[in-house]
Amino acid sequence: MGEAPTGPVLEVKDLRTHLFTSRGVGRAVDGVSFALRRGETLGLVGESGSGKSLTCLSLLRLNPQPASRIVGGAVLYEGTDLLAKTDEEMRRYRGKRIALVLQDPMTALNPVFTVGNQIFEAIRLHQGARGSRLRKIAAEMMRLLRIPDPEQRLGDYPHQFSGGMRQRAVGAIALSGKPSVLIADEPTTALDVTIQAAYLEVLKEIQRRERLAILFVTHDFAVVARMCDRVAVMYAGKIVETADTWRLFDDPRHPYTVALLRSVPDVEARIERLYAIEGQPPSVFEPAKGCAFAARCPHAEARCHDEPPPDVPLEGGRAVRCWLFVR
Amino acid sequence: MIRVVFFRLMQSLVTLLITSVIIFALARTSGSPADLVLAPEATPAERQAYIERMGFDRPLAYQYLIFLKNALQGDFGKSLRTGQPATRLVFERLGGTLRLATVALLIALAISLPLGVVAATQRGRTWDRVGLGFALLGQSVPSFWKAIVFVIIFGVWLRWLPTSGVGTWRHYILPAVTLGWGVSAGIVRLLRSGMLEVMGSEYIKLARAKGLRESVVVWKHGLRNALIPVITFIGFMYGIIIASGVVIEVVFGWPGLGLLAYESTLWRDFPVLQLTVLLFTVIVIVINFLVDVSYGLVDPRVRGG
Ligand SMILES: Nc1ncnc2c1ncn2[C@@H]1O[C@H](COP(=O)(O)OP(=O)(O)OP(=O)(O)O)[C@@H](O)[C@H]1O
Ligand SMILES: [Mg+2]
Repeated sequence: MGEAPTGPVLEVKDLRTHLFTSRGVGRAVDGVSFALRRGETLGLVGESGSGKSLTCLSLLRLNPQPASRIVGGAVLYEGTDLLAKTDEEMRRYRGKRIALVLQDPMTALNPVFTVGNQIFEAIRLHQGARGSRLRKIAAEMMRLLRIPDPEQRLGDYPHQFSGGMRQRAVGAIALSGKPSVLIADEPTTALDVTIQAAYLEVLKEIQRRERLAILFVTHDFAVVARMCDRVAVMYAGKIVETADTWRLFDDPRHPYTVALLRSVPDVEARIERLYAIEGQPPSVFEPAKGCAFAARCPHAEARCHDEPPPDVPLEGGRAVRCWLFVR
Repeated sequence: MIRVVFFRLMQSLVTLLITSVIIFALARTSGSPADLVLAPEATPAERQAYIERMGFDRPLAYQYLIFLKNALQGDFGKSLRTGQPATRLVFERLGGTLRLATVALLIALAISLPLGVVAATQRGRTWDRVGLGFALLGQSVPSFWKAIVFVIIFGVWLRWLPTSGVGTWRHYILPAVTLGWGVSAGIVRLLRSGMLEVMGSEYIKLARAKGLRESVVVWKHGLRNALIPVITFIGFMYGIIIASGVVIEVVFGWPGLGLLAYESTLWRDFPVLQLTVLLFTVIVIVINFLVDVSYGLVDPRVRGG
């Protein structure tokens, strides 16, 4: 076991991924920055369309092309900028150092190949295993993800797996390169609650053992509370607030975070009403001149509409992108 | 499963029966074979005797039932022209047609699989345009025209290839390329749109995220899925190749079923024509059956269980 490096394993600086469509240029990811340390889970939350998935894909340079292009910023993996790599160099990072788990387990596996074949592919690529050793490692990976009867089920096709098992198979594929960063884009949204809980438990256990850094995208604050050490709140292509999970829940600062947390139905308090945030987020094709949230913000002042707010560092390592905190 | 096969068998028999009625009636609208078989100076009495001997004076339905009765016993009559059994004449030619059609299909696949994949992965760029343009040209130019142009260029001007008959592998090239090019457009377009759809799917994202080479992502994960709808189409195309082979076999003097059908139409050689057309029908039915079976091989979801 080596000493843990002091710096973050993944650092994203001012990442910009723009859409290039017939409607014009859309600033879908527009200056995202965050850092991820070993063994840490960073949650990424925000409304639908705020750019979470596109951020995830951009980190691996797998953003849809030619619909979108990374136009600026840096993605530093242990200090080296992935955006400056050639395609072939970039490929060697995928799965091996940074792995990705996608949202929908029903469509993430290739329907015409056996699950085993798809796990073998990753193990062969990243661990160079062949023959019976390959089968053994694959079965181990499946056991690690708690897929029952791994040896027999290697020969099954994806359609013979349940949703929960497929998501575990995707997890087994993602982890078979022994990555140090896992990007999980809503990995449990399609699963029912009990299966979801079991999957998250497995993920946490593996994270503890391997000191895995996880970027965890989700809509679900219950999942955030269970999984994440810190949370980044995304709105209209930017991260508007970052804080430790407990601080964010206890004391949200950005008016958008406040509104977002209020919109979560609180089961314990039996509040039946669901606060919807009024208004719509701005279109990515017509970015606001000032703060993107100003039009919906109850505290908006004149300059909120005119000038984009800076990122303001606050106590406890948290930060908020809002004029209200500029003194 | 057995019920499905049984059902398909019944369906095929009905198809064959209907085809036999149609071709039986249609052939007889072309005129009387007596005009062609008998010498021009034959007397009306000789004519009448021939027609009665062959039973052509009987009602059409009666003639058909006799044909059917004999056919069920494997007797499809004798050629009016040569007197040989129709079955022998036809089966002699079957091999020629199947060989030509198979080579043509392989050429079509060799052209259209790479073009379809490259067109999709290079969408909007040079190879996409080249691929689609090439395929479209093959489809829109009638095959007899292509055949004639090929004969002029490669046979008459360049003298590279034989333009007629059989013998060596070089005899296959012109007719097979003419046939194959004609059907490759459909395959290119179907494969291109299939690939475009497949390459946008989540499992392709996952394959890339694994760190696989782009060539593996495209040719293994992409193509294998995009091929599923193409397989049915290829089977269908095989039928088209065999059918459109009639023109090609005539132009290139290729001794296959198509040439035989053409000759026996000219000669009003009903027994041979009937059997040829029925055999065409059987071939198409068999191909369709094979396509259905192969579907399960490429798509595990259809295999059941
Ligand atoms: N392939 C694409 N072509 C065009 N626009 C796209 C494409 N992919 C994403 N977008 C746009 O980019 C923006 C960000 O999308 P993204 O998928 O990142 O949102 P998200 O935050 O993940 O939402 P959700 O919570 O619904 O998954 C949206 O406006 C979306 O319409
Ligand atoms: Mg998303």
